[in-house]
Amino acid sequence: MIPKKFDYYAPASLNEAIQLLSENGEAKVLAGGQSLLTLMKMRLASPNVLVDISKIPNLSYIREEGDHLAIGALTTHDTIEHSPAIKEKFTILNEAVSKIGDQQIRNQGTIGGSACHADPAADPPTALRVVDAKFVAQGKKGERVVPAQDFFVDIFATAVDHDEVLTEIRLPYLPPKSGSAYVKHSLREHDPAIVNVGTVLTVGDGNVCKDLRIGFGAAGPTPLRATSAEQHLRGKTFDDKTIAEAAEKATEGADPPSDVHSSREYRLEMIKVLTRRSLKIALSRVK
Amino acid sequence: MRINGREYSGMAEPRTLLVNFIRDDLNLTGTHIGCDTGQCGACTIMMNGRTVKSCMVLAVQAQGADILTVEGLAEGDKLHPIQKAFRQNHGLQCGYCTPGLLMSSLFLLQRNPNPTEDEIRRGIEGNLCRCTGYVNVVMSIKAAAKSMQENVGKGA
Repeated sequence: MIPKKFDYYAPASLNEAIQLLSENGEAKVLAGGQSLLTLMKMRLASPNVLVDISKIPNLSYIREEGDHLAIGALTTHDTIEHSPAIKEKFTILNEAVSKIGDQQIRNQGTIGGSACHADPAADPPTALRVVDAKFVAQGKKGERVVPAQDFFVDIFATAVDHDEVLTEIRLPYLPPKSGSAYVKHSLREHDPAIVNVGTVLTVGDGNVCKDLRIGFGAAGPTPLRATSAEQHLRGKTFDDKTIAEAAEKATEGADPPSDVHSSREYRLEMIKVLTRRSLKIALSRVK
Repeated sequence: MRINGREYSGMAEPRTLLVNFIRDDLNLTGTHIGCDTGQCGACTIMMNGRTVKSCMVLAVQAQGADILTVEGLAEGDKLHPIQKAFRQNHGLQCGYCTPGLLMSSLFLLQRNPNPTEDEIRRGIEGNLCRCTGYVNVVMSIKAAAKSMQENVGKGA
């Protein structure tokens, strides 16, 4: 379980990293390595060059900016889990990272790495998709910002170009009277998800649904939004009936696999169950 | 890098895993390889004050790092309170997972000196044990927490 041979660079600057990536067609970025090294040890991925970005300064931070919260790509899951700002303002992300692996993996794994690895069964991608995060990438052509809906392109594939490094993830603040939740179904709590669902909602007067975003993962090549369910609830009062109706619609667009962990049918059913649960939890958090 | 308080310098192929470097190059064989897939945690060490699974880290990633392995817990013949607690509370049987568990326990107690049972169980989620069923492991960590707090009180 030793990876194939590769060359290793640990650049001290982003520009150096970008240069190395553009010069080496088979290069991969290494951050925490908790996803990439797993693949390399099993030889499911064998890049011949690794560009370790962990020595580049100023890529790990959580900053409250004007209209969004900015998280540096190298911020570890553990740091995010213990951030009071994220727990309060983006509970969905706090919950998502808290369900990753275990303490050791959360100590070393990074949010940028999880986003760029784009495993549909992972926890952060669903949460990031639901909060409509914006992904900042730097490359030879400069900096660009990719919205969540365009970021996750396919299983293990994102919009980040080969010569680009993801540097920051921006979470637009939720309006007042919002709540969010992330729920995951897996064999054991820290296993990869069989399905996961994240919801963000905003309540108007009379307990009316002002805005609603529902996303699910591990049921398609990327995290997906349950747009039918969202449309169904918008403008309606939140109650058991409307929530159940939305949950029924949540599976539209889902394309879960059948595999050793679970059948397609079970996954579809669990999306509905988790949608109901996460809507109720999110609602209970609205202040 | 710094290992258990000592400066060390060496060379490694990029693909050398940190666990192999620690065991083979540094001759610190207290850190064990259990599954090699990053699940069992027998290879857990502390790097820059945080527990990591050393089979999931390349040796080269530890360039300039401050590393603590199980060999660094005791002071000469004086066992660390966590080691004493595991011994006194039968927190190990075959002992294979124990070094990793000790490191995870240390990290947990450094952060949370008085954890609940739930917090303990969550804190050691990344360390699998086939022998004990974790019951005595949890007791050992509770006992370690108590004795470490008492030491703090005494200023020891």
